[in-house]
Amino acid sequence: MTTSEATAPAAPVAKKGPNAIGITIFVLLLFALPLLLPVVLPLLGGIITLKPNFMIFQLTLVIIYAIAILGLNIVTGYNGQFSLGHGAFYAIGAYTAAILMDKLDCPYWLTIPISGVVCLVVGFLFGLPALRLQGHYLALATFALALAVPQLLKYNHIEWLTGGVQGIVIIKPDPPFGIKAINADQWLYYLALVVACIMFWLAINLIRGRLGRAMIAIRDHPIAAEVMGINLTVVKSMAFGISAAYTGVAGALGAIAIAFVAPDSFTIFLSISFLVGLVIGGLASISGAIYGGIFIQFIPNVADAISKAAPWAIYGLFLIAAVYVMPTGAAGLIKQWQAKRRAAKQ
Amino acid sequence: MEAFLHQIFSGLAAGGIYASVALALVMIYTATHHINFAQGEMAMFATFIGWALIEWGGLNFWVAFLLTIVIAFCGGFAIERIVLRPLHDKPVLSIIIAFIGLLVIFNALAGWIFGFTIKAFPSPFPTSPPFGNRFLNWHEIGTVGITVVVLLLLFAFFRLTPLGLAMRAAAFNPESARLVGIRVGLMLALGWGLAAAIGSVAGMLVAHVVYLDPNMMAGILLYGFASALLGGIDNPGGAVVGGFIVGVAENVLGAYVIGTELKLSVALVLIIGVLLVKPAGLFGRRIVTRV
Repeated sequence: MTTSEATAPAAPVAKKGPNAIGITIFVLLLFALPLLLPVVLPLLGGIITLKPNFMIFQLTLVIIYAIAILGLNIVTGYNGQFSLGHGAFYAIGAYTAAILMDKLDCPYWLTIPISGVVCLVVGFLFGLPALRLQGHYLALATFALALAVPQLLKYNHIEWLTGGVQGIVIIKPDPPFGIKAINADQWLYYLALVVACIMFWLAINLIRGRLGRAMIAIRDHPIAAEVMGINLTVVKSMAFGISAAYTGVAGALGAIAIAFVAPDSFTIFLSISFLVGLVIGGLASISGAIYGGIFIQFIPNVADAISKAAPWAIYGLFLIAAVYVMPTGAAGLIKQWQAKRRAAKQ
Repeated sequence: MEAFLHQIFSGLAAGGIYASVALALVMIYTATHHINFAQGEMAMFATFIGWALIEWGGLNFWVAFLLTIVIAFCGGFAIERIVLRPLHDKPVLSIIIAFIGLLVIFNALAGWIFGFTIKAFPSPFPTSPPFGNRFLNWHEIGTVGITVVVLLLLFAFFRLTPLGLAMRAAAFNPESARLVGIRVGLMLALGWGLAAAIGSVAGMLVAHVVYLDPNMMAGILLYGFASALLGGIDNPGGAVVGGFIVGVAENVLGAYVIGTELKLSVALVLIIGVLLVKPAGLFGRRIVTRV
């Protein structure tokens, strides 16, 4: 109903498939980046003083956040359900990966799909009852979930599993097959990038497919969607489950990349970061997740120089400003700009 | 037995706090149909202002207490006017995002201005055990007392004054209220101011117990939500009853059944439970939408 105003794409742009060549070049560039950085950084002559490896690590985190935000976007942007608790699914994914590696010596690459499946199930089950709730109530239930998760992780009867307040330290994986050409950070970057490519490709197909269309129909007009034979409960729960699975995969990758999980990394503020990334990047936009990931990774670094509290003050201002001036986020602005350019050409 | 009675009484004291927070939430909900996620952080920030007035300004507790309530009222009024008024016709998602934005801003500002170290907040009540009974303390009695006074004042305000009547009319039926000459926008802002003021009272009472820091209200807000939902989110009286029920239940269960470690999870279970079993709450109206 009214939600469609905020979530619908900005302008009725002429229908055109995604620019396949542009996307291919972009992805190839991303793959070449770790090899280019050590060459390019010295050329910039000290403008960026970071070590190439640290930059690679940060870019890995950008990719991971982009996957998580994409997950949130599936449920909030495309299905119109508010989740303020996706940090909880990120935590479940991270802890699943860490526990599998720590207790069962599971190979790290296998933990990623397992975390996805675990979160899919948990998300679906949480979704089933919670999705009877609409709007504010779902936001409220997920908000409560996000607040409760760090405390649950610290609970002392499961400390043998979760490591309690101390968390779990895991070992950073080395490149496979004894490859010496790239180091561990570069390898993790590639791992995250490959996973992200798969997840984005799946998401694009999901949104274009039957389930995606049903999700969008429910967002735009639930009653009409139901009348047309869409099973609201199943589709909404599936959307929630899939969304949780995306965030869980991101969580597993995050745990492997940081090589450490602890309850206090998964507070309500993690969920709020995802929301910030979603809103700034662009609701109901696949590419928006990437802009959102960049934003939540790099803005805090910039703002941290001012004060410890500054990043959050800036996040807050950006959130409120975004509601006023760019309800479609960065992706919406770029789309508008492209449409304008195309119109000028004709 | 005395220990049990003490748990009940502490529960009532905590329940008074939850009831106040729930009441603040309900006031905003009945007027605008929005759940204010920033309510807890607004109360926290107001409590910091109270702390600064006492510690930095050297004021007497009660002077600072009243001054803080006035400041919180003005703050709530201003927030409605500046931030939320322009959004009144926007979709729900935009408004939730704005609330989360406010939550984050107040949290960050409190940390920025006052620091993240945990501070002690003074209590105006004597520390000696009352009536020679070591299971009670004056702060709990005072908390219950102040809450009850606030509730009675509010009740009187809404029932007995023309302004209270106008505010109820604006919340109940904005269109008709406007037609009889009530400035609905102004009433909404006043409602926000009142909600912020009630929240600040809750914050200042609870800060002595949980200590003052920028994250102190998270759990209390959650219990406030649970209370409001239990009592019926559109029923102020219900919210108060819900607050006391939740407070007592939390304390008794915490002491004898589950322990204090999982307090937030209990609130989560309570919220989801109420929403599933009886979404309208104990005293709320069932909402039927015409399609």
